[in-house]
Amino acid sequence: MQKHINGPDEPRVEFTAGIIKALPIILATAPFGLLLGAIAAQKGLSLLEIGLMSTLVFAGSAQFVAIDVWSAPAPWLALGFSALLINLRHVLMGASIAPKLGLFPRALKPFAMYFLVDELWALAEARAARAPLTPAFYFGMGLVFIVGWNTWSLLGGVIGPVLGDPAAIGFDFAFTALFIVLIVSFWKGPQTGVVLIASAGTAALVHAHVEGAWYILAGAFAGMIAAAITWRADDGEATNAEQPDWSADTPGPRLEVAPEHATERRS
Amino acid sequence: MSAFDLDPATLAAFVAMGVATYATRLAGLLLVRHIPTTGRFKAALEAVPPAVLMAVIAPMAIATGWAETIAAAITAIAATKLPLFVVVVIGVVSVVALRMVLG
Repeated sequence: MQKHINGPDEPRVEFTAGIIKALPIILATAPFGLLLGAIAAQKGLSLLEIGLMSTLVFAGSAQFVAIDVWSAPAPWLALGFSALLINLRHVLMGASIAPKLGLFPRALKPFAMYFLVDELWALAEARAARAPLTPAFYFGMGLVFIVGWNTWSLLGGVIGPVLGDPAAIGFDFAFTALFIVLIVSFWKGPQTGVVLIASAGTAALVHAHVEGAWYILAGAFAGMIAAAITWRADDGEATNAEQPDWSADTPGPRLEVAPEHATERRS
Repeated sequence: MSAFDLDPATLAAFVAMGVATYATRLAGLLLVRHIPTTGRFKAALEAVPPAVLMAVIAPMAIATGWAETIAAAITAIAATKLPLFVVVVIGVVSVVALRMVLG
């Protein structure tokens, strides 16, 4: 695993190294992908639709939110807006990885951005901190992520209908439980508590009075405003050192950039 | 329903979500010199994922009934210590039990 000390190897070696680096991470996303596919199938999505979602959208949190609030016909505008908002953090990730794509041909850079899910970003940053990031390594990881994510969600889609009526076995609560796990993984201290209270209160209020998925946007904005208001200059510098925390989209043993945080979470 | 059914509204939703997602990833590449990555702006952006997740579950977790709210609290406590699968099982089992007791 320590073969990159002397800089990039030939593309084939780098491609294989990328695949090997990404495999354990994609295995860790299996529970999320399986659950996503299972509930999507129970909400009436076909396997083709599940595969299209995982390929076109390719963003865990946005997909979870869409499936959780799913109704037919799909409210495309509200879902598009919520995907935009949920993934706004990728603007920062893209800006942070952009200067490290020096070895990429110009035309490949926009294509590379398609693969920039949280976990792949974290791995790419970790690699760039150690040795130059090669296109072969990056796309090797990207291949594993897109194939793996589709595999899990399609497999979940096959298993889902077998599980029966979600409410009867409390399965309708599985997403809530999953989201609570994700929320806990984003916890950074009391400020997060303020964000969550602002978001929950606003979302519950809007949900009771406005039809559709707009309560999610309202809650998100309330949380953002709360974060901006409670931000203090010294916190800003402190969290600067914790960029890998953006990658907390799904909990798992992938935060090799900051192993001390990862073990803290897992313990 | 066949495995290859494709609803036009569903496809439209996924295209909209895909374009939105790709736009955020491409924007970082294109705007790298113009984005403030510190301070209040960054704090607000970092708050988005937990705020969205909280907003999504708020109707279920705090505005449906006591069974769901108590189960959500139990799940949150479990989530600080246990792995994902165990936490989800605990959440589902507690909501089923509480619905039987309280409902």
